[in-house]
Amino acid sequence: MGKRTVWGKWWYKFSRNPLSVVGLGIVCGIVFVALFAPWVAPYPEHAGPYVNYGEANRPPSFSHPFGTDAFGRDILSRVFFAFRSSLLMGLVVLAIVVPVGVTLGLVAGYFKESWLDVFIMRVTDIFLSVPPLILALAITSVLKPNLTNAMMAVSVMWWPWYTRLVYGMATSLRNEYFVQSAELLGASKFHILFREILPNCVSTILTKMTLDMGWVILIGAALSFVGLGEQPPKPALGTMVSDGARYLPEHWWMAVFPGLAIMLIVLGFNLLGDGIGDLFSLEEA
Amino acid sequence: MLIGLSIVVFIIARLVPGDPARAALGPRATQEAVDALRARLHLDKPIYIQYAYWLKSVLQGDFGESLFTRRPVIEDIKEFLPATIELALFAGIFMTFFGLLLGVLSARYANTWVDNLVRVLSYLGIATPAFVVAIVLLLVFGMYYEIFPTIGRLTPGMPSPPRITGLITLDSLFTGNLATFWDALKHLFLPGISLSLGGLFQEARITRSSMLENAKKDYVGAARAYGIPERVVFSKYLFKPSVIPTVSILGLDFASLIGNAFLVELLFNWPGISRYGINVMLRKDVEAIVAVVMILGIVFTVVNIAVDLLVAYLDPRIRLVAREE
Repeated sequence: MGKRTVWGKWWYKFSRNPLSVVGLGIVCGIVFVALFAPWVAPYPEHAGPYVNYGEANRPPSFSHPFGTDAFGRDILSRVFFAFRSSLLMGLVVLAIVVPVGVTLGLVAGYFKESWLDVFIMRVTDIFLSVPPLILALAITSVLKPNLTNAMMAVSVMWWPWYTRLVYGMATSLRNEYFVQSAELLGASKFHILFREILPNCVSTILTKMTLDMGWVILIGAALSFVGLGEQPPKPALGTMVSDGARYLPEHWWMAVFPGLAIMLIVLGFNLLGDGIGDLFSLEEA
Repeated sequence: MLIGLSIVVFIIARLVPGDPARAALGPRATQEAVDALRARLHLDKPIYIQYAYWLKSVLQGDFGESLFTRRPVIEDIKEFLPATIELALFAGIFMTFFGLLLGVLSARYANTWVDNLVRVLSYLGIATPAFVVAIVLLLVFGMYYEIFPTIGRLTPGMPSPPRITGLITLDSLFTGNLATFWDALKHLFLPGISLSLGGLFQEARITRSSMLENAKKDYVGAARAYGIPERVVFSKYLFKPSVIPTVSILGLDFASLIGNAFLVELLFNWPGISRYGINVMLRKDVEAIVAVVMILGIVFTVVNIAVDLLVAYLDPRIRLVAREE
């Protein structure tokens, strides 16, 4: 079967659920807007330390669809630029968390009931014993508040979820015949972990990664909401919401539109993740 | 596990760049004064000795002194924790009740407009962060239609009831003060709802899918074949086993609820431990940060144990296996 038809088949299955297509559309739209923010945003210069009190506190209109903030900056443009740091945060955190968490989970699951398993899973339990947002807040708060440290803090508390997920799969896969025959053939531990067990976990991991893009962005927004993320004058969705909240209810647009933007991102990745999950479960069925 | 958590939190706390003693006394304090404070707080010793000192005093109920409020941290926590517990309990009850209700409704009327409405609401509800819900509620209810108060736990001027549990609603009920009870309940309403919406819809979805799953099983068909009334089949044979997965994710939902409380308490000016936590975090008040994280870790662990017990109570398979061993 040619490559094209395989993709065609997948697309057919994926598009059976209109919600998945909506999710894909939202995510593509946001990525597009974020990538090309300097060209798409109506007032790109408003993403920085721009001040124009003459245009301040304007309600939504044709020239400023989301209104302007207390410094006269166009909120729509700032939202576009804020998407950039949100997506960057999601990508960086997952790029750190997934390899670390997955490797630890594979090792602990394969060497079940060894000291490695006990040690790794104990540490995992410790990190899972506190609500994630609180630990991230605590870590960020003792460091200098900026985007890099926020990403680090979220990474520190996010890897255990992957460890636990992969651990569960690895402990059951290690008893499968194909793993046992690889052992009999004298395959190296590395080969067994990454060539025999890992490929069987990929679909689940991919699904979780898509869903987690949304959740990481949400946590990032929460951090910047309390002022522990991207620092002003750079735009961040959470900061815009918390700044705008001070002008409620008269200038409602300042908080509401960035808030809706966060919702849209999370919604997009949730729908897309569900769609990808369905795709893999259909594939196996 | 809590010991492990305490080690991790302690290490994080001690990684703070800068000298806490210097930070507390300010830049104009003499070097001798700073050194004296360092010695008093054992900051001049290696980190594992510091940890041992700290653990010893924590076990005696002493979390050290907040470097900024200049009060023992434990006093601050005693003052602020009940407000958060009250809010979390309200949100938790609201979440479980309406989550189950919506889930059952959408399973009962699967693939009708009720089901579809709940599904669309669920996607939106799960994706909306609690602080955005809070802002919308603040806007709509608190300010445009002034039905619900948006600040604090009681209307200013309303005398607070004598402190028995620290939960104003309970205390006022115990002392028979209905006006205060009603006022406190109204204050709980908006922050409580903002906190519970995400979890509520998650519960609804899980309840729906587990009910539909169970409805296909043979024993349900058998019950119907015996001519047991549909109402009884639904409530007794279908509802009871379907609640188990919903209850078992309560622990997770509670985690996000407590986490979100950090932001929602800020917006509603709720004098709870989370708002206190944010304040000490923004001031790098290390002893207090450590204490807040530890206390919430303990609360969270207790909740998880309670959830496990509840699941065991509901699920005879778990209960009976445990008994045989």
